[in-house]
Amino acid sequence: MSSAGTGSASPSALEQQRIAHARQGRWRPLPLVRSQHWRWFINLSVLLYVVLAWLSIDVNWSRVAQGMERGQDFVGAFLRPDFTSRGGEILTGLWESLTMTFTATVIGVALAIPVGLGAARNIAPMPVYFFCRAIIAITRTFQEIIIAILFVTMFGFGPLAGVFTLAFATIGFMAKLLAEDIEDTQKEPLEAIRATGGGWLQWINYAVQPQVMPRLIGLSLYRLDINFRESAVIGIVGAGGIGATLNTSINRYDYDTSAAILLLIIVIVLMSEYLSGYVRKWTQ
Amino acid sequence: MLKLTGLSKRYDTGDLALTDINLSVPAGQVMALIGPSGAGKSTLIRCVNRLVEPSTGAIELDGQDITRVRGAKLRQARRQIGMIFQNYALVERLSVMENVLSGRLAYVGFWRSFLRQFPASDIKQAFNLLERVGLQTMFDKRGDALSGGQKQRVGIARALMQNPKLLLVDEPTASLDPKTSRQIMRLICDLCREQKLAVIINIHDVVLAQQFVDRVVGLRGGELVFDGAPSDLSPDILTSIYGEEDWSVVEDKDEEIEEDTPAPAGVDIAGAHP
Repeated sequence: MSSAGTGSASPSALEQQRIAHARQGRWRPLPLVRSQHWRWFINLSVLLYVVLAWLSIDVNWSRVAQGMERGQDFVGAFLRPDFTSRGGEILTGLWESLTMTFTATVIGVALAIPVGLGAARNIAPMPVYFFCRAIIAITRTFQEIIIAILFVTMFGFGPLAGVFTLAFATIGFMAKLLAEDIEDTQKEPLEAIRATGGGWLQWINYAVQPQVMPRLIGLSLYRLDINFRESAVIGIVGAGGIGATLNTSINRYDYDTSAAILLLIIVIVLMSEYLSGYVRKWTQ
Repeated sequence: MLKLTGLSKRYDTGDLALTDINLSVPAGQVMALIGPSGAGKSTLIRCVNRLVEPSTGAIELDGQDITRVRGAKLRQARRQIGMIFQNYALVERLSVMENVLSGRLAYVGFWRSFLRQFPASDIKQAFNLLERVGLQTMFDKRGDALSGGQKQRVGIARALMQNPKLLLVDEPTASLDPKTSRQIMRLICDLCREQKLAVIINIHDVVLAQQFVDRVVGLRGGELVFDGAPSDLSPDILTSIYGEEDWSVVEDKDEEIEEDTPAPAGVDIAGAHP
């Protein structure tokens, strides 16, 4: 049997040594970094950097002591959240946030699908691939807050700027993950459908879409969830939604109302977590 | 060695996969399990090492009842049962040596295996097995760098590293070319006869099975319908296992070889539907 299947190239000196050792019962896995000097150098550098970085942290302990009290106030407010005294504003803010989130996710996902198709190496030609990867890189470079500031400057305060911000951020996120999922699809069905002589769109519809659909739905729901949480943050820079209400309450030291808002956000995120689990099981 | 008594399996969906299977396999016997797709061959061998939980009946290994054992006892039982898979089931991101040594996991503790500090005797055994299957120069290669036949050789070495008493083999040649299929079957059967293992091989290719095994068992619709020597497989019996079909190709095969015409390579009888 030994004639079959062995590599024909004669083994190098190192390989011969490892074979001889294994025959005597001595074997260690090949190290990731072959040179021993380099391994020491890398390990010591990492250790040195961690130590130096740790020493460079400057802590003002009296400030920490003060801050602890304020932190306690803030956390304490969670024990007596005030849903009623600003109830109307909270409700309007939440509703606005949910509308922004939903609209932005739908727009973002719709735009992300073509970009994602173009950014998948196994189905897109090179120029398209580079173009779509560039779009992804640009939309992912800027944090939501920065984009929100830009859009607030362009469109003024309010939810419109928020919707554009969230949709913009959704494109990069969804397109990148969708493209990676397409690249991980099984090759054989792609070949089989191509072999039938169908067109490109038919190919996508029959071979690619069924393979990526569960993940696309799961990711869309996850992004819906992220967008809702982000809407609370970008509201702080004036892009509307529950974030604006939250910001106002914090500025007024009205921590009881802030607590009520945060608790509501937690409840909604929890609900969307359960919902997405259920939907994903159903679409498998 | 292995004794199944009244073994039945009903899946949660309500499908009855196995009905009242009574079967015993002595040590040193190579047994082929044949039957159409969906006859319950895979379910049967997976019941033996409890990858699938049997519904009723008993499984005895060397006189010890393993039908309901749990935890450490179950692992102890599994350690004595090697398994070889259709699609090789190598961990492709591990090296060949690591894949083979994973057959010793039930013998070494967690930290030893985590740090890859296997006893010298294990490494020697792994090397000897790799030499036996002709891969002694490949042990640093990653699993995904191998061809199909090479992967299955690693799968065989991994199963034998367990020093099993019983070997379960699930369609070992279904993804291989005819020549490699024969080499793999010969390797499995030779190694098992040397080590006096009981073997159950699920196989679609009846002709291939007839050449290598000591005994053939036929399953149809979850029931045992044939148990005999490979030479007893007549067209009538094949019909009783697989359903109506023209089996003459199988019979004519010898003549064709004598006449020096190209023989149909690996006639896949299970692919033929009644």
